[in-house]
Amino acid sequence: MAPHAHVALTVNGEPTAVAFAPYKTLLEVLREDLNLPGTKHGCELGECGACAVLLDGQPVLSCLVLGVDCDGRDVTTVEGLASDGRLHPLQDAFADLGAAQCGYCTPGFLVTAKALLDEHPHPTRHQIQEALSGCLCRCTGYQQIFEAVEAAIATTDSRSRR
Amino acid sequence: MKIIGIPRRRVDGRAKVTGQTRFADDVVLPRMLHCKLLRSTVPHARIVRIDASRARAHPGVHLVLTGDDFPISYGILPVSQDEHALAVDRVRFVGDPVAAVIARDELTAFEALDLIAVDYEPLRTFSGPDDSLGHDTPRIHDYGDAGNIHKLVSLRFGDVQAALSAADHVFEDTFFYEGNTHLPIEQHAAVAAKDPEGKLVLWSSTQTPHYVHRALAKALAMSAAHVRVIATPNGGGFGGKSDPFNHEVVVCKAALLLDRPVKICLTREEVFYCHRGRHPVLMRFETGVKRDGTITGMRVQTVLDGGAYGSYGVASTFYTGALQTVTYHIPTYEFRGCRVFTNKPPCGPKRGHGTPQSRFGQEIQLDKIAERLALDPAELRLRIVEQPETLTANYLHVGTIGLAECIRRVTRAATWSERFRKLPHGRGIGLACSSYLSGAGLPIYWNDMPHSGVQLKLDRSGGVTAFCGATEIGQGSDDVLVACVAEVLGIDPIDIRAVTGDTDLTPVDLGSYSSRVTLMMGNAAIQAAERARDLLADAVSKKLGVPRDRLVFAERRVFDSEDTTAGVSFSEAVCLAETMFGTLGTTGSYTPPRSAARFKGGGVGPSPTYSYTAAIVEVDVDQSTGWIHVPRVWIAHDIGRSLNPTLVRGQVEGSVYMALGEALMEEQTFRRLPPKLSNALVHKFPSMLEYKSPTTLDMPEVFTELVENPDPRGPFGAKEVGQGPLLPIMPAVANAIYDAVGVRIDEVPITPEKVLRALDAKAAGKPARVGPTGFPAVPWPAALEVPPPWEGGDGTAKVKREKGKGKSESGKVESEAVRR
Repeated sequence: MAPHAHVALTVNGEPTAVAFAPYKTLLEVLREDLNLPGTKHGCELGECGACAVLLDGQPVLSCLVLGVDCDGRDVTTVEGLASDGRLHPLQDAFADLGAAQCGYCTPGFLVTAKALLDEHPHPTRHQIQEALSGCLCRCTGYQQIFEAVEAAIATTDSRSRR
Repeated sequence: MKIIGIPRRRVDGRAKVTGQTRFADDVVLPRMLHCKLLRSTVPHARIVRIDASRARAHPGVHLVLTGDDFPISYGILPVSQDEHALAVDRVRFVGDPVAAVIARDELTAFEALDLIAVDYEPLRTFSGPDDSLGHDTPRIHDYGDAGNIHKLVSLRFGDVQAALSAADHVFEDTFFYEGNTHLPIEQHAAVAAKDPEGKLVLWSSTQTPHYVHRALAKALAMSAAHVRVIATPNGGGFGGKSDPFNHEVVVCKAALLLDRPVKICLTREEVFYCHRGRHPVLMRFETGVKRDGTITGMRVQTVLDGGAYGSYGVASTFYTGALQTVTYHIPTYEFRGCRVFTNKPPCGPKRGHGTPQSRFGQEIQLDKIAERLALDPAELRLRIVEQPETLTANYLHVGTIGLAECIRRVTRAATWSERFRKLPHGRGIGLACSSYLSGAGLPIYWNDMPHSGVQLKLDRSGGVTAFCGATEIGQGSDDVLVACVAEVLGIDPIDIRAVTGDTDLTPVDLGSYSSRVTLMMGNAAIQAAERARDLLADAVSKKLGVPRDRLVFAERRVFDSEDTTAGVSFSEAVCLAETMFGTLGTTGSYTPPRSAARFKGGGVGPSPTYSYTAAIVEVDVDQSTGWIHVPRVWIAHDIGRSLNPTLVRGQVEGSVYMALGEALMEEQTFRRLPPKLSNALVHKFPSMLEYKSPTTLDMPEVFTELVENPDPRGPFGAKEVGQGPLLPIMPAVANAIYDAVGVRIDEVPITPEKVLRALDAKAAGKPARVGPTGFPAVPWPAALEVPPPWEGGDGTAKVKREKGKGKSESGKVESEAVRR
């Protein structure tokens, strides 16, 4: 067996220490060593966007990031989007508006959309398309995904006005 | 209606947005081992020797399997049981599995693959229909209709030759539809284990757990009662997870031998080799029309490049010629189909199964006919739309038809009459129509049992559990199940738990293919729920002293319609019924009506009812680069009744998306390596980066209209939506390009290079067309003559055909509906 790497990082807000075989990608560490299977894989070559997670707030393809490069960093996965027992507005909107069909690409879309909204709370439709262009979805034809992102923005706005 | 027809979050929506949906690769079991497959590096060869001794000795390797371990063949269709889990003596395409390694982890298994030595003796490689039709030997399989021809079909309904002679115009056109693949984002995965009783369990990303169940029992020579298949929610299927697969059989065998769980997850490259995608089809349409556009007769010939195995290919072959008649009235019709074996990954069913290819040809030809007759293409179609409740020339019973309304809706929405042939050069719009099955009328293996079954368990808590073998592949089948039950029982969808796709726990549903689930499972669910409602009504009626027919089930209550305050809660109603009848459970089932077709081959095409679609696509064509931009698509779909409009819209838009990929960029194509590098026939680009599919930036605006005219055969009137809306898009794109720049691209994908080539030809005064010209010589058998209904036919063939090949059929061959 290969020797193990030891890494301390923050995962979905929780300080976490993990040991794993040093060749593993962040995707594999999350799924296999941290018991967080919500992050999916469609190619493991950086082509489909299904494995996107937020690394220090930025969307990255976790299949292209080595686990050993994540020491001291902050990772957010789909499991970390809900807070205080409440789904993130993006999650509610995706579920309500048909933006998740098979749901396999959904975690990647959700975290990528969250990164966009964290930086640009009011993107145009084209900015949404640009931001999500690295994520492939074979089910929806994307339109309901765009609408869900826009609906989440409206929900966030109305919540913050309250 | 409280639930049906109202846009609603799907019942599994929360799981999908929280990452809790448990896909096959998310299944992790204690002591689990990992499997990798060694795949053939050559396209066609005899296996001379496999030496796995070094792999077996590799630290961490638990087991190496080869073809010797899998003597029994299997396959999805009874007529083509031509697959082995691992190759026996012969490999037939680059990617054909040869050996399997089971090891402590994936990396170890992967390393050990390199330690297996395989000696191949190369055989002649067949790269396409010309090769396979031209050379009988070596045969890729030792069965089939001749040489390397897998299947030959020849059916004639009426005197087509006379009808063509009597026409004012006869159009003859040849088209080519390139193969493409499903590309689900989830790679196929499977985990097999022995359960605590020692019986086999398989979790797999399959659309058809029932057929996998049958195949495993056969291939492993086990009692089916000791095999349990659990279909995990599929991360996209589109037809690509409808066959029993090598890797499923392999991990089951390994788990049985090792008594440890064994998992496999395919790489993306391997998914391209599993394929079962769209057949490349060369086709010729001869159509006779009167001056007013009326069709007098049609002859369709198709040649399918089937790849290396049978898969659904016999059905696919029939499907290329089955549905032409259900859209437009065609009084005489002839179909000849030929599927050949080649040394490429096997083709099979992809969304639309066998019908998109010929729909492409038919709808482009109609565009050409309209132009020649100086008719508006929409007007032409409105004149020839088939009538509802009709038996077609090939004995398909058509139910409701909303096609005329679909055409009117899209032409109005797109302001068609103001724009067709009137847009500036470089911009254009095109129209096309289609129809599709709401479920295949016959099962894959012949029997008279139900196609879908539902069981309900009613609980004192007020909760209901619905059990059905249907498989959730993203389309929302769990939601349909729950919605139908909730509507009948007057409770909320969240009160119902769906248990689906588990051959031990759920009654048989044949699977998520042929757009059958909503109609068949939906009807079964309604029947089960109505039976439960009857039990509850009896008990509540007695308690309240109110006649049964006055009771209303709504808002989690059962109450008197004449005094809504007099009633009980749903859970009280269950308690009353359980007191009266004992433990509560009901069943429902659905069996399609018997087909009118009683000729050999008439088993493919019948459906309880058909959906209809019309679409208009707008294009901008850059004449200097050939680049095609699609800004807008208008589509109207005759769905009968929309059960959950949110999901229905998703199916329509998803179909448009997938269709645009096929129309403009997607192709599963192959190239030969140079002779010094083995001359092998290899996939051009088995990766998601190179196999181009549309991204968020490529997707046009889609304007969807639903035509709702409830069909009495569907649950609450519903027809299918998962596949039909894909069909008109490809020909509509081609017709729009003609409108934009005056060139005909008679093949897909329609690439900028082809547009430029056609524009150059046009500028040089040559035919402004890119597409196939020739059609190969096929040894067509004598046609089976079936007189159409209006010539006094009864669905049987006129002349007894020569004895079927390899079949010991006796008696009235001609009157037997043969399934595939």
